[in-house]
Amino acid sequence: MSESRTIRVGALTRVEGEGALHVSLNNNVIDRVELNIYESPRFFEAFLRGRPLEDVPDLTARICGICPVAYQMSSACAIEAALEIEIPTEIHQLRKLLYCGEWIESHCLHMHLLQAPDFFGYSSGLELGKHFPDEIKRGLRLKKIGNQILEVLGGRSVHPVNVCIGGFYRTPALDELQSLIPELEWGLQAAIETTHWISGFNFPDFVCNYDLISISNSSEYPWFGDTMGSSKGESFDVKEYEQVICEYQVPHSTALQAHKIESQTSCLFGPLARINHSRDNFHPNARELADRVNIQWPCNNPFQSILARGLEVVHAFEEALEICRNYQRPSESRIPYQPRAAVGMAATEAPRGTLFHRYEIDDAGLIQHATIIPPTSQNQKQIENDLRDYLPPLLSMEDDQVAQACERLIRSYDPCISCATHFLKLSIERVE
Amino acid sequence: MPEKLRLGIFKFASCDGCQLSLLNAEEELLELAELVEFAHFPEASSRIDSGPYDLVLIEGSISTPEDLDRIQQIRRQTDTLVTIGACATAGGIQALRNGANHDEFMKLVYPHPEYLQSLATSTPISNHVSVDFELRGCPVDTGQLLQIISDKLHHRKFSVPDHSVCRDCKLQNIVCVSVARGIPCLGPLTQAGCGAICPRFHRGCYGCFGPCHQTNTDGLTDWLIKDGHASAELIPLFLNVNAEAPEFARTGAQLKRQDSAEGESDE
Ligand code: SF4
Ligand code: SF4
Repeated sequence: MSESRTIRVGALTRVEGEGALHVSLNNNVIDRVELNIYESPRFFEAFLRGRPLEDVPDLTARICGICPVAYQMSSACAIEAALEIEIPTEIHQLRKLLYCGEWIESHCLHMHLLQAPDFFGYSSGLELGKHFPDEIKRGLRLKKIGNQILEVLGGRSVHPVNVCIGGFYRTPALDELQSLIPELEWGLQAAIETTHWISGFNFPDFVCNYDLISISNSSEYPWFGDTMGSSKGESFDVKEYEQVICEYQVPHSTALQAHKIESQTSCLFGPLARINHSRDNFHPNARELADRVNIQWPCNNPFQSILARGLEVVHAFEEALEICRNYQRPSESRIPYQPRAAVGMAATEAPRGTLFHRYEIDDAGLIQHATIIPPTSQNQKQIENDLRDYLPPLLSMEDDQVAQACERLIRSYDPCISCATHFLKLSIERVE
Repeated sequence: MPEKLRLGIFKFASCDGCQLSLLNAEEELLELAELVEFAHFPEASSRIDSGPYDLVLIEGSISTPEDLDRIQQIRRQTDTLVTIGACATAGGIQALRNGANHDEFMKLVYPHPEYLQSLATSTPISNHVSVDFELRGCPVDTGQLLQIISDKLHHRKFSVPDHSVCRDCKLQNIVCVSVARGIPCLGPLTQAGCGAICPRFHRGCYGCFGPCHQTNTDGLTDWLIKDGHASAELIPLFLNVNAEAPEFARTGAQLKRQDSAEGESDE
């Protein structure tokens, strides 16, 4: 006799956005694992058509309030590539600084308020803060410094207003950037302490066989770059992105998924990919810490992404300090250009992984076509595959415990489900 | 200790930026947690308590058939409902679909539009339920958001300044970008709250806080057109993150008509 059992657990929490997970079991054997992203489609790629190219960084920022800089950077770089605008080094450094602010803000939010509570069984960062007041206060102050960078360079931390095609509307005065230095110095030490604290967490023993993909530069840890690298040893030019990775739609999720076209296999983007490929390009403190913390390289344990984020925060503070200390205000804040019909693409490393944009522009400088591939849709298939591997030893537990364990794993990828809008409920269906 | 204020935060179609503005309160967040119980704040806590709530904050716009029911259910669970941000107060950037061909939009973005549930319009919360206060901005300002929560805690009437960004520029001695640099700016029409950051960064305001209380929109557009700006250049300023705020929607449509009339007379 076959018995069917369905268990529903409330919304997946402490992720940005909402969605659902559906697991179905047949005689205790996993049948389907489906991450359902119940997105309210917002149609960015459609309404971008016909807009002046100048609007694109402000509009695409509104895809995600957690990583607006990533959207501004990928879109500006793609349009600049189309128009062959060369960004001078000093302006490029300021953009990197802006990105440092976003990584610090986003990573510290995830580490302290979203993921850390899982390692202690608390329901929120605020509750965790009652037991670890110093650590959480330190984390919030680190996060705040990320926001301060965004405010100095962009006016505000969510949807900053200063990025434009060709550079910035206004570059900061010397004293504005120098005013950040004392907090950045404190932040560097504090980020090192935070990473040590996290390295003492009790990580589930779960190692995956990943095909990790990120921008890979020969000489610097990636925010920007033209070459993609994979842990399978392949590399490809960002211009070939859509020949290597494609998005497709599945009935159970309204966010598009992605896989490698040739092998139809999933891959993982984000901090684990970057750190495995590029930690040799870390600044000295981050580099040294990466060897000292309790981690086996290459690291293929998704639960340890939180440690990779900690190390990236240390690196971002060092980078930010270097940029602020060496800053000289450029004579021009942006490079002039003439619009013309062209196609351009670019990828940058959002906190959660590679964010690819491609635009077709007409002679008048209006957008004809836009393609945006965000990291979370590229990670979705991999998350499902990992859940499939993670679940079997847990199946003897009560359903609510299985659900909690799945939530913990999903949270470790820091899925930005809000790069679309979603509703995540977990349901487990058992047919016995 | 008096009972804590039970706060519920709910999300519809949005980018999460307005909720993040609350988490961005950082130090104040810990103090706030002493006075407020985050009874429903799934982005920050996995403890989800059911209503009724003392105060509900809504982020996001109504854009799917399911949203229509959900907003009614939420309204029934609270005596005070405040919408936060341009999505919730005006339909947000995703309201640019309104008036466009929705089927075509679906096909442009999704290979299988039949899998989707989506309404042809994105509309503000106040089109569907009664709203006690609307906090503007894309995103809302963290200080104003804390102010609203504190108003509720202290039983004060909700209020934020409703003068224009333009006046904030004058108060801060920011050189006018329109007069000095010839940049079109919606500052004279847009509600203050951001600290006039765009003019501070040498660019024009694009209206992310929505139209302010008393506006002379036609006066501004006439002046900008006399100053040499084409109607086509001004349309995207109005049809932006607050495209469906009535004053901006009306002006956007009027500029579009003017633009096509200009196009015809050129031929
Ligand atoms: S109003 Fe702007 S910041 Fe707020 S949720 Fe909507 S898009 Fe995001
Ligand atoms: S100046 Fe205008 S567009 Fe800029 S942040 Fe303020 S309200 Fe928004």
